[in-house]
Amino acid sequence: MEKPLDRRSFLKITGTTLGAGALYQVGAAVGIDPQGMALVDRLGRQNGERVTPFSFVQLSDTHVGFEGPPNPLGTKAFEQAVEAVNALPMQPDLILVTGDLTHDSEKEGEALTRMRRFQEIAGRLRVKNVKVVPGEHDAGLDGGQLYRTVFGPSHYAFDHRGVHFVALDNVSQGKPVVGPEQIAWLRKDLARFTHTTPIVVFTHRPLFDLKPEWEWYTGDGDEVMNILAPYRNVTVLYGHIHRNQEFQSGHARHLAARSLIFAFPDPALADDKKPIPFDPSAPFKNLGIRQLDLSVQGARPILGVSEVELSSSEFAGTIGIKQILKGDESL
Amino acid sequence: MTPSKLAAALLCLGLAWFPIQAQESPREILITAKRFEFRPNEVQLKKGLPVTLVLNSEDVTHGLLCRALKLDTDIPPGQSTRVTVTPGQTGTFTAICNHFCGSGHGNMKLKFIVE
Repeated sequence: MEKPLDRRSFLKITGTTLGAGALYQVGAAVGIDPQGMALVDRLGRQNGERVTPFSFVQLSDTHVGFEGPPNPLGTKAFEQAVEAVNALPMQPDLILVTGDLTHDSEKEGEALTRMRRFQEIAGRLRVKNVKVVPGEHDAGLDGGQLYRTVFGPSHYAFDHRGVHFVALDNVSQGKPVVGPEQIAWLRKDLARFTHTTPIVVFTHRPLFDLKPEWEWYTGDGDEVMNILAPYRNVTVLYGHIHRNQEFQSGHARHLAARSLIFAFPDPALADDKKPIPFDPSAPFKNLGIRQLDLSVQGARPILGVSEVELSSSEFAGTIGIKQILKGDESL
Repeated sequence: MTPSKLAAALLCLGLAWFPIQAQESPREILITAKRFEFRPNEVQLKKGLPVTLVLNSEDVTHGLLCRALKLDTDIPPGQSTRVTVTPGQTGTFTAICNHFCGSGHGNMKLKFIVE
């Protein structure tokens, strides 16, 4: 008889840093150096609110309701990610979820059931400040009507500790577009900020032509980026492509997140957009979350990025998969 | 103008006139979209020769995107959508449905082969 597995042992995670940005400890650069503090104050006066360090987490593409060969485990990775975030020694201020919260279904009532299931799992997060945007699987079939009923507006903005966050919807019109109405809203929304304000845009699809023939683009993404062009501290977080990706355009850094369901291959190496096959020996391979830590160095806000890949070595192999499917029961 | 010069001028006009006529009536290619496929899923084109794609949907709104052909259109059901394209380069180009139409949407594509 197999040994029953401790659920805690399931919580192993591995972290790697991405790109040139180091992982900054929250508060490390601020409050120690008087010169740094003066610069932070000046930045705060310019922006209307002083930038103070904090961290936040990006989750993406949970696809609640999806079950298939690329991932026979359904919501297990999402649930695992929630536990991983809850286990962070310092809790983030907020969680951003960049779309495809659910997998689409046309069975009557099923889309709503999946959205409620997403809310139930996300509700287990210790952090209650969870901000979401839709993906095409949430909002592409009905123009976002049900999504808005359940989650509220599909585009909005808010401020947090001196950072301006902008949620953009580039899915609910069916096509990969933001649309003129939202673009006009964005222009108006950003008008009150100085060009040094740190801005985090979060959306589902890339706002640049990453791979149009895989539908990895936003038709009017250039218009959005033109509005953002004068701002010097812009980060765009997105999902949709189910893999890490970094791209720089002007002052803006674009970062795609891993999914919590299955991974797509590198478009530079693969001919087709086919999910990477499920690996029973590493069921959460290529799935993960992103932690972002805002600090200030000199006069500049710095966003440190940590990529965290979920792992579950105890659950690797056929027996492990059976255990996951049976809800961690011993066999 | 001598008769021979007149004939030459008319000949030139005639030669110039025929290509214009040809360009005004490009070949039509019928393409049907339905979840989650295009029929046909492979279309042969000639570089520099305009064609009109006549696009019909059998169910929901689809899209057709092919950057290499400067093609980006919706295909709503209940009407024919006509788009004329002139391929500017040879090669094989993938076109996709870019209006989300359901779970198989990501695999809905067709191939344009331009010779």
